[in-house]
Amino acid sequence: MNKPEKLPHFRVVGTNPIRPDGLDKVTGRAVYGDDFKIAGMLHGKVLRSPHAHARIKSIDTRRAAKLPGVRAIITGADFPKPSVAMVPMGEGGYVDMNDTADNVIAKGKAFYDGHVIAAVAADNPHIAEEAVALIDVKYEVLPPVMDVRSAMAPGAAVLHETFNPGAFFMKTHKVLPNASRLELGAGDVARGFKEADVIVEREFTTETVHQGYIESHICTAQWDERGQVTIWTTTQGAFAIRDQVAIVCAVPMSHVRVVPLEIGGGFGGKDTAYIEPLAAMLAKKADRPVKVVMSRAESLRATGPSSGTFIRAKMGAKKDGTLVAADLSFAYEAGGFPGGPIAAGVLTSITRYNIPNVRLEGFDVLVNKPKVKPYRAPGATQSNFAVEQVMNQLAEKLGMDPVEFRIRNAMKTGDRLILGFPCPPVGGVEMLEAVKKHPHYKAPLGKNQGRGVAFSFWFGAGLTSSAELSVNSDGTVQMCTGSCDLSGTRLTLAMQAAEALGIDVEDVSPTIGDTHSVGYTLQSVGSRTTFATGIAVYEAAQKVLKEMAGRAALLWETDPANVAVDRGDFTDMNNPAHRFTFRELADKLEHSGGPVSAQSTVTPERVGFQLAAHLVDIEVDTETGKVDILRYTAFQDAGKAVHPDFVAGQIQGGVVQGLGWALNEEFWYDAKGRLCNASLLDYRMPIALDVPMIDVVILETPNPGHPFGVRGVGEVPIVPPAAAVANAIYDAIGVRMDALPMKPGRVLQKIKEQKSAAA
Amino acid sequence: MHDFQFVTPGTLNEALKLLAKHGASAQLLAGGTDLIVKMRVRHARPDLVLDAKHIPELNVLKLDGTGLTIGAAVSCRSIYLDERIAARYPALVDCTALIGGIQIQGRATVGGNLCNAAPSADTIPALIALGAMAHLRGPKGKRQLPVEKFCLGPGKTALRKGEMLIHVRIPKPAKNSGAFFLRFIPRNEMDIAVVNAAAAVVLDARKTKFISARIAIGAAAPTPLYVEDAGAVLADEPVSENMIAEAARIASDAVRPITDMRGTIEQRRDLAAVLTARALRGAIDRAKRGNR
Repeated sequence: MNKPEKLPHFRVVGTNPIRPDGLDKVTGRAVYGDDFKIAGMLHGKVLRSPHAHARIKSIDTRRAAKLPGVRAIITGADFPKPSVAMVPMGEGGYVDMNDTADNVIAKGKAFYDGHVIAAVAADNPHIAEEAVALIDVKYEVLPPVMDVRSAMAPGAAVLHETFNPGAFFMKTHKVLPNASRLELGAGDVARGFKEADVIVEREFTTETVHQGYIESHICTAQWDERGQVTIWTTTQGAFAIRDQVAIVCAVPMSHVRVVPLEIGGGFGGKDTAYIEPLAAMLAKKADRPVKVVMSRAESLRATGPSSGTFIRAKMGAKKDGTLVAADLSFAYEAGGFPGGPIAAGVLTSITRYNIPNVRLEGFDVLVNKPKVKPYRAPGATQSNFAVEQVMNQLAEKLGMDPVEFRIRNAMKTGDRLILGFPCPPVGGVEMLEAVKKHPHYKAPLGKNQGRGVAFSFWFGAGLTSSAELSVNSDGTVQMCTGSCDLSGTRLTLAMQAAEALGIDVEDVSPTIGDTHSVGYTLQSVGSRTTFATGIAVYEAAQKVLKEMAGRAALLWETDPANVAVDRGDFTDMNNPAHRFTFRELADKLEHSGGPVSAQSTVTPERVGFQLAAHLVDIEVDTETGKVDILRYTAFQDAGKAVHPDFVAGQIQGGVVQGLGWALNEEFWYDAKGRLCNASLLDYRMPIALDVPMIDVVILETPNPGHPFGVRGVGEVPIVPPAAAVANAIYDAIGVRMDALPMKPGRVLQKIKEQKSAAA
Repeated sequence: MHDFQFVTPGTLNEALKLLAKHGASAQLLAGGTDLIVKMRVRHARPDLVLDAKHIPELNVLKLDGTGLTIGAAVSCRSIYLDERIAARYPALVDCTALIGGIQIQGRATVGGNLCNAAPSADTIPALIALGAMAHLRGPKGKRQLPVEKFCLGPGKTALRKGEMLIHVRIPKPAKNSGAFFLRFIPRNEMDIAVVNAAAAVVLDARKTKFISARIAIGAAAPTPLYVEDAGAVLADEPVSENMIAEAARIASDAVRPITDMRGTIEQRRDLAAVLTARALRGAIDRAKRGNR
């Protein structure tokens, strides 16, 4: 593979071509989950538990079955016990398939409000809905456990008698009836704090939040006569859905074909099978295709959100601004089944600073909420909210500029990381210097206005990707990958193919394969698609070029070693008259051994790290506690921005989601554990009027793990906003925020406490 | 959604007959922005839906020498787009122009907002502050109610069996008067009021003294609340920040809020005071500028 220190002069990479799927998406031609229809299709509806924690005593479906138009009813009893237990699920995570199966449909116990109890397929959605209401379920209602501290307290109701602790990056070990734990560290923390001249110790809480993708989960399943099921679904990973459906429904993987449709947002939340196994089982029982559409309320109640947390943070620094110790304890909600993002949250909490003495502790805590799922840099936003506020407080105590304090301690290329290996090339210091030099950093502020900064880190993922390139006789190229396109990756992958082949990007036609038409490809998660699938495309392109060079050699009756390939031009090094453009040679392939195609499956590991620094100006209405965002500048290292406009779009999208998390988004449960705000009206995501134009500064420190220097970009921009806004609120009005969301009532409460303390 | 009959009566009599016959199993549909949502989530299950949009009496929007008539099926958008109405009743624009987006405003009606009787309804405080009367028709004939007496609880109205809202009638604004409505939401649009408030004031000729004032608060009690005392305390008093604060204190004491996903009791009490003060300042400012 090329070494990025000798980066080529790019022709395609780094430009902003128009996305091939854009017009179809804005004109409504693109086929999303709900656009898909098939002859004879029935409609499925789901009965969900109204209780957060309950034992299912009985399910009587007889009345529902009698309703005319009802074709099939399923309950947990229709599903087999999974034959395999722990299965890798991407991003280094392992999932107990028994938990996955029980999350798809409850068996014996409902673990959260909205947990599936039964499902109905009927001639139309209205009949299915009426039938669902006729299913009679008897519950023994159990006390709900709704936050990490009460779940870890003695005497808390126990969710699972036994469970396999989850593993997302790292394994945890069961230490409490509802919790498992991990710990890692370096140096001597007690000694570190003794050396410290200033110490800040604080506690923080954050609430459960949802990805809020605009398209809900929607799928259609149909069986064929030989027992193969095809599922058309909106997902981040066709193979992930295939594997889960196969195991949950006990069908060979070869007999599950998952066709990914266009996806209206995922953000980490759309690679778990929720409705796909239900649709498959209903379709099997009814012997008809079945479509299942999740409503917004269902999606919010029952699909994986990101964890609420309780965090204790203690950090110390010397007078000269050197960090010497950090003792951090994190408790993350896992939801109703184990396996939250605890390891990622813990590891990313301080990985961007050099701290010699560290203790990091994490708890993965079972609560009666939906099983959590990754949400853009899973776990990092919560830990960053704590650490970046403590960093500002330390800087204040030291009388240092907060950015200067971060520069003093920033991790540099080659520094030893807490995981034991040296830091790969990063541009953290350069990024923080860029923050300091930016006009935003010194712009004047008015009354009740403040400025905040936060610095953040995310790993990103490599994982397996496949790509196939086929050269057409007119010189155009078909490109098929297994990566669902969440963010324009059809184009960023086509651009990399064009760059590698030396042809125009318009000559590469990208498609996304289904599980029967392309090699194994893990989900579009972990900011990995442009990076990892990009490498698969690059490798396939190298194979195509090698094969084509061989054909040129054949036609020129020379040795392939004599054929030079440069930017799509093939030349005979021994005979300058022998020269083919890519197109000319493509036209000759059929008669020189047949058309050329090449496939590549890769599992790259050197993902490069993602770093981001954000600057935000806010204004507080001190009478109502409302925080308005006035100005936002996001700095991020893209390694090499393949499509700078898309990179900017990813950053802006991440910032907006981060601002929602910062200001208003939260799951609001009543005392019985029922989700009250299961609508986009009351689950208050930001709207256009809530955010200013977000300025983006892209830096490029090439990642040596990618031929063009690419790093993932999609996740880290969600991490800094909450902390940056909290720091800005302090700057504006002098109150320290210790809980998310920083909603008006909470800010007002802080202002009142400040007033009464002053009085 | 379960099966139902949909009827479009062309006359008021036809609608009244159907309402009398079907009773509680019939529902009137104006803009449908509440009813259809409720039917979708099975909170409303009418067997008969009566479309109100083709009944002439319910579609009157008329400004005359003594006031304004808003038919029960008149959309919010047609109210705020009428320049004469907007000039005379800017507080009506405040509320009708912030309910939902433009498409919703083109469907949603003031009459529907009133009959839906949500504590947080955005048009009701302004109607109360402006002294609007609800005109009803039923099997026993016509009657009128001040808007503040129309809502009895969340989703509950003073409408009797077979009775329907025909229009609301808002009196002509007095000389030297001004009215203002605002709401507090955590976002900048598309949200349900945590608290909302409207104030209407009549000032003396020199505009330094209150003659009278009406203040209404929403989303802070089981119904939109007319806080008579908060207005009464201002009568004959000078226009001052002290008096505004006094009215705000009374309003804050009068509310009976709950804690829910949209806000807490304490926050709503605080907001009742803040919004009362801001509504009064807005109303005074308009009175000083000829209610503009």
